[in-house]
Amino acid sequence: MTATTPAIEGWFTTGEAPALIGSRCTTCSTVFFPRTEGFCRNPTCDGEEFSDTELSRRGRVWSYTDAQYQPPAPYIPATDPYVPFALAAVELPEGIVVLGQVADGFTVNDIKVGDEMELVVETLFVDETGERTIWRWKPTTWITEPAEMPGGAS
Amino acid sequence: MTGNDVAIAGVGMHPWGKWGRNFVSYGVVAARAALADAGIAWTDVDLIVGGETVRNGYGGYVAGATFAQALGWNGARVATSYAACATGAQALDTARARILAGMSEVALVVGADTTPKGFLAPNAGERWDDPDWLRFRLLGMTNPAYFALYARRRMDLYGATQADFAQVKVKNAKHGLANPNARYRKEVAAEDVLNSAIVADPLHLLDICATSDGAAAVILCSTAYAEKHGLGGGVRIKAISTVTPTFPNTVIDMPLMSTESSAGGVPEQTFKESIGAAAYEEAGIGPEDVDVAEVYDLSTALELDWIEDLALCKPGEAEQLLRNGDTTIGGRIPVNPSGGLACFGEAVPAQALAQVCELTWQLRGQAEGRQVDGARVGITANQGLFGHGSSVILAR
Ligand SMILES: [Zn+2]
Repeated sequence: MTATTPAIEGWFTTGEAPALIGSRCTTCSTVFFPRTEGFCRNPTCDGEEFSDTELSRRGRVWSYTDAQYQPPAPYIPATDPYVPFALAAVELPEGIVVLGQVADGFTVNDIKVGDEMELVVETLFVDETGERTIWRWKPTTWITEPAEMPGGAS
Repeated sequence: MTGNDVAIAGVGMHPWGKWGRNFVSYGVVAARAALADAGIAWTDVDLIVGGETVRNGYGGYVAGATFAQALGWNGARVATSYAACATGAQALDTARARILAGMSEVALVVGADTTPKGFLAPNAGERWDDPDWLRFRLLGMTNPAYFALYARRRMDLYGATQADFAQVKVKNAKHGLANPNARYRKEVAAEDVLNSAIVADPLHLLDICATSDGAAAVILCSTAYAEKHGLGGGVRIKAISTVTPTFPNTVIDMPLMSTESSAGGVPEQTFKESIGAAAYEEAGIGPEDVDVAEVYDLSTALELDWIEDLALCKPGEAEQLLRNGDTTIGGRIPVNPSGGLACFGEAVPAQALAQVCELTWQLRGQAEGRQVDGARVGITANQGLFGHGSSVILAR
């Protein structure tokens, strides 16, 4: 029996409107991602309690690149032969820049610094338990205006 | 301000390459070269600080003692430092502190490494609480991918081009041609860079530095000791900056997957800007006083970032400096006259010390075939994984 499960537990929600899960310090309100516990990393805060908080699903591209060669282990390639994928660092309204792979089917030619991206959840790899998912960034131009597909480069 | 100066009595290196031998043998060659350069006997050294290497077993974890034993136990005080790429600066700082406190007289600082082939990947085993493991497992985020993020940002924000990045490689390859310690001593044409495979867009294979075997050593002593024995040619360490970032660190840093939040306000300087600023402040000089710089060109584009982080020009102006030839030997502010990592490849615990060796030769006027005329003040810059600043200012 196999199921679709996140490749890492507790980092993001799944479903219709998936989101990253961060931690908000209950003392100084600073938001951290990935989730944190124990001690607040704001040097002027001695808070030790956090509440889970879903981060904004949309942000702006800080920068982007791709992986033309298969990364080494512990990366688990999704396909054989290897297919390159794009990566983006996206700045969220919370003031946090979060790295992620770019959604399947998009390349660096579909992105520019400052573009809006939305969080989606897609399959990272498949193992004996089934599909293992991860958060990814998808250009919103392709979500809101699917008819106006930019033709690659430019 | 000379109160906190220490003297560089001698420097030495083992040439960079892929020699396939134990790191200890490289370290001993560099240490003996530095001792010979200083004219100091190993038995007169009363402090040894080793730069740790994490890929060479227990001997690498206790590098200070490993080198001391290889040179022959002489009863010196011993320390070992690790700060990733900033290891050498931290080791120097440890030696400097004991000398300035009057607790040691002559210190030998050594770093050496033997490196594997290909991408630097994390050690084996599952480590779900280790960001350096998670970035590979969850994102496939390699080191070149981080360099590529910074490079792409220069292109989209400042209008940098891949041809600019290639020009950095062309310049550094030319600088390193006559450097006997460089691994790559061959002219490179811009087309060679642009025709090499893209590794992480927009960076080509030849934009990214290799990993190498190598070793570098520096002998430090008090200025009084140097003057008494006529050592070192008058080169002084004016500053060693080993700062951490200041919260919130809002520029994404290898190997992390996110930044801290800028929502509550951001520091005046980015982490990399603060590294050089702390060095300038400690030395009591400014960027306008610098004659030569050795910066950590893990990628060609990163050299341009460092030039701006060291305030040698304003943000977004480094490409113009490069295009004008200002950063070439003979220009206004030559950068990486050694050839940089482009010609050396990276040998982590040795690299920050290699930068200091090069500046020492430059300030003494001994950098044959790559001399920056009349250089009196030099600055190094690099950054170690997990928040280690590294900048050293030398002057004569
Ligand atoms: Zn707090």
